[in-house]
Amino acid sequence: MNRKNFFIIAGILLILILRLAASGYADGIPDLRAGWDELWREMMIDILGIGIVFLAVTIYLLVKYRRKSPNEEGSAKKLTPLAAFGWIVIPVFIFMADDIFLAAKNFTLWNQYRNVPANAMVIDVEGFMWGWDFRYPEGITTTNELRVPVGKPVKLNLTSRDVIHSFFIPDFRQKWDAVKGKQNYLWFSAKTIGEHVITCTEFCGVLHSNMYGKIIVMPENEYNKWVEDNKPKGGAI
Amino acid sequence: MSATASQAITLQSKFSLKEWIFTTDHKRVGVLYLVGSFAAFFVAGIMAMLMRTELASIGPTVTSNPTTYNMWLYFHGAAMILGYQIPALTGFFTNYYVPLMIGAKDVAFPRLNAFSVWLFWMGIVLALLTFVIPDPPDIMWTGYPPYSVITPGNTALYTFTVLLIGFSSIAGGVNFLTTIIRMRAPGITWNKLNIFIWCTMAAFVIQLIFVPILGVAVTMLSLDKYLGTHFFDATAGGTPLLYENLFWFYSHPAVYVIFLPAVGIIYEIVATFSKNRIFNYKGVVYGGIWGTVILSGIVHGHHIYVSAIPDWLVMIQTITTLLISIPVGLLVIGLVGTLYKGSIEFKTPMLYVAGFFFLFLIGGLTGIPNAMSAIYIHIHGTQWITGHFHYVMAVSVTTAIIGGTYYVWPKMTGKMYNEALGKLGFLLFFIGVNITFFFTMYIGVVYGMPRRYYDYAQFPQIEGIQKVITFGSYIILLGALVVLISWIHSLIWGEKAPNNPWGSKSLEWTHTQSPPPQGNYTEPVKVSEDWNPYGYGK
Repeated sequence: MNRKNFFIIAGILLILILRLAASGYADGIPDLRAGWDELWREMMIDILGIGIVFLAVTIYLLVKYRRKSPNEEGSAKKLTPLAAFGWIVIPVFIFMADDIFLAAKNFTLWNQYRNVPANAMVIDVEGFMWGWDFRYPEGITTTNELRVPVGKPVKLNLTSRDVIHSFFIPDFRQKWDAVKGKQNYLWFSAKTIGEHVITCTEFCGVLHSNMYGKIIVMPENEYNKWVEDNKPKGGAI
Repeated sequence: MSATASQAITLQSKFSLKEWIFTTDHKRVGVLYLVGSFAAFFVAGIMAMLMRTELASIGPTVTSNPTTYNMWLYFHGAAMILGYQIPALTGFFTNYYVPLMIGAKDVAFPRLNAFSVWLFWMGIVLALLTFVIPDPPDIMWTGYPPYSVITPGNTALYTFTVLLIGFSSIAGGVNFLTTIIRMRAPGITWNKLNIFIWCTMAAFVIQLIFVPILGVAVTMLSLDKYLGTHFFDATAGGTPLLYENLFWFYSHPAVYVIFLPAVGIIYEIVATFSKNRIFNYKGVVYGGIWGTVILSGIVHGHHIYVSAIPDWLVMIQTITTLLISIPVGLLVIGLVGTLYKGSIEFKTPMLYVAGFFFLFLIGGLTGIPNAMSAIYIHIHGTQWITGHFHYVMAVSVTTAIIGGTYYVWPKMTGKMYNEALGKLGFLLFFIGVNITFFFTMYIGVVYGMPRRYYDYAQFPQIEGIQKVITFGSYIILLGALVVLISWIHSLIWGEKAPNNPWGSKSLEWTHTQSPPPQGNYTEPVKVSEDWNPYGYGK
């Protein structure tokens, strides 16, 4: 019994020690992807630690206490009231400590997800069965193709024309629901030039799995040129 | 003695359909639940195989019509949860075990019990109509509006299937809570109840509180669709978020309705096959089981973090959801502790339990990320979630259902099964589910592959992994067939089972024959002061 207690406590301590690394960001704009990946990595260490401790103890007990003779019976005694109490209170505190630790880390990242940097450019997004419409500040509209300048935070205002959709950019670890009659938002900041998949993650009917598009991250000057070339003539609406 | 022996023989030898349909005997009602729930499992399993085959390659594979695929997916989800898991656990095992374990002759209200199983069968028949009516439901088992309101699919069929099975559960809850509270044999005090009995009570308390809420939600759905109300219509003052809240307010606790009886069966098997006491019985019952019930109603928000619920609610739900790890942790510690100084025999049911330890560990631990709102943003709606809940709910609970069926088999049928076939079935099942659902989680979190996709042209890089997942699912199918063969083999060629083949100390094994006669016990059960269902090593 003491041995198992030791294993559990040692496992938790190991987890806490392994997690001393902290994440930061350089240009004042949080890197959501890096923050998410970091928290995910820490959590995997956490649950792997718990998992390995439990698995090791279970396998050890399953092997050690195999039945040796046909009429053998188990010989464990009932716990004393103090031991029974301890076997509730100690695990409760260990789990609760881990839970609060994880929750605190989670809220730091959550705040980064929900607080849009002040200098973000705003693009309106409307989901429909089955595609995404984008409307830029300059009045340009596109479907299933979102062009953004590299390094600049972008806020997407999300809504839906019909049923619930969910706007998901796997590469940016970012997602939010688009609901008819509601105005939701998410934001991201692309760090490098390239293309990324946008796809729908709320079941929306026949062509749900075909409801995808792409984000094209461009150098700022190329983006500005694209905006100039495509701006509606005769002034923005 | 001779009179009851001949009754027992009657139960075996003469088959009368009328007697089965109109039976009020809890053991027969239990068998009816077993047959119905495995029928649902079988059909929903075929849907799973069709879907996995469809997903083995990009583009049309089995069908070129996504609506057909969506109907399979709807049926798979709804039938597996409402038609297979809940009825197998709170219908079959509950009916079969509860009166036997507490030394009762039958349930408190036998005719209400028969009514429950009728409602359940009607629900199954209604669900099966999915395959014959035009425009079958394609709304997933969640049935989110506005889609479920504007779809040409038949949302009413969904509403009425849920209502029938819901009423069946409510009647069952009233019946079994009364039975457990009022009909325990003299000497069976609260702290001497089998863990399974406690789990059943907890599951039915959850059902009685939360099923009506699901009933209201799906009824409002059909009112919106067919009678023009606007409960969930954001453009007319309603909101779809209301439905999401109501739905998960039931459907998250429903996970515990499934989990608790399953873990109860696991406890019975562990105690019997290690011939050992339950580790920290009171901690398991009052901390683990009832702790889960208390938290069950305040965690549903983690399903809708990205549906724009208020930030303060996200914060509360993140913490309450993480706290679920406490009672569940106590339940797992109780299970592992029961092995300590035991005398473990690896018969088929115990192998399933060993499988449960592993599968539930993965399923439970991969639930922790889902509780965390920021982490959840990326994994919501992806195959990670599919893999996670298949580990925690679908397959670890299925190890409890199949392992539990092997465990009760000699008592129920009076026949022994073949160990080699039993073990082979387990092995295939275990290998298959791990291949399938590990990689399902993997493509969800690493590539962001969403759930409920008929096709995945935007993720060409995962086609190879999808083939591996499909291959794994075929191994599961093979395992299921071996299990089925072993049961048929036992029914036809099985040796006669002794009354207590496992050497258990629990009443259903020590005090009655295999199978038990009508009325269960030849004489009224009374247990002594030092009796305990787990009183081993004395």
